[in-house]
Amino acid sequence: MSLTAKDKDTVKAFWAKIAGKADDIGTDALSRMLVVYPQTKTYFSHWKDLSPGSAPVRKHGQTVMGGVADAVKKIDDLSAGLLSLSELHAFTLRVDPANFKILSHNILVVLATMFPTDFTPEVHVSVDKFLAALSRALSEKYR
Amino acid sequence: MVEWTDFERATIADIFSKMKYEVVGPAALSRCLVVYPWTQRYFGNFGNLYNAAAIMGNPMVAKHGTTILHGLDRAVKNMDNIKSEYAELSVLHSEKLHVDPDNFRLLSDCLTIVVAGSLGKEFNGDVQAAFQKFLAVVVNSLGRQYH
Repeated sequence: MSLTAKDKDTVKAFWAKIAGKADDIGTDALSRMLVVYPQTKTYFSHWKDLSPGSAPVRKHGQTVMGGVADAVKKIDDLSAGLLSLSELHAFTLRVDPANFKILSHNILVVLATMFPTDFTPEVHVSVDKFLAALSRALSEKYR
Repeated sequence: MVEWTDFERATIADIFSKMKYEVVGPAALSRCLVVYPWTQRYFGNFGNLYNAAAIMGNPMVAKHGTTILHGLDRAVKNMDNIKSEYAELSVLHSEKLHVDPDNFRLLSDCLTIVVAGSLGKEFNGDVQAAFQKFLAVVVNSLGRQYH
C-alpha cells in the first residue's frame, strides 16, 4: 500500500491548507491520545502535567507536528528522510510501534473535527496512507 | 460485564438522541468503502463502486449505511447487555455473511471520524473515549460468536 502520485499530491495540497494550525492539531491529537488510550501515558511519566492542553503536551504536540511537516517535505523518500528520527525512536525513545497507529488515528479524528468539509473521504484515505508510511519509516531501525 | 460511568451513559444517549441517521450512516459506510477499499468485497451486488464519487452517490450504500447505524440502537437501549443483544447478529455475520470481524473495527473507526466531523469541538477527548469504548464493546460482541 505505497503512496501513489495522487496520494502525494493530495497530502501536499491538504497540508498547505492546514499547516497554519499544526500546533493546535498536535496539542489536540496528543491530548486526546493520553485520555482515550491511557496506556500511552506510560511514556510520559517524567511530565508534571498530562492533562489536555497542558504546557508539556502543547510543547510536545509542536515537536510531533514538526516531524510530520518534515515528512511531508520528504514524502518522496520517507525511509531515507526520516532515518535519524527512526534511530531516535528505536534506540533512545523505544516507543512500541503500535503506538504510531494510535497517534495517527487521533490525528485523523482532530483533522475531522477541525476541517470537516476539507477532510473528505479521498483526503482521508491519502492522509491515512501517508501516516502509515510515516510510521513504517519511523519503525525502520527498530530491528 | 462492562462497567459504564454516568458520564459514559449520558454521552452515548446524548450522541444518539441527536444523531442524523440518514446523513451519518451513509457517510460512515461510504467513507469505509473509500478508505479501506478491500471492504467492498462484501458489496458485489451494490452496483457502481468504481471510485469515491460513485460510492458516495450510490443509493444502495446510503440505504445500507442507515440500516447499519440503526443497528446500534439496540446497544444504546441496553448498554448493560450488549453481548447478548448482538449474539444473533454475530452468528449471522459469521455463518451467513462471512464477514471478517476486523471489518467491524474499520467501520467503527470511520463512524468515529464522521461523528467527530459533525460534532466538531463538542467531540472532546472524554466524549471520544466514551464513544470509542461503546463501539469497542459492540465490535467485540459482533465478533463473539465466530468460531
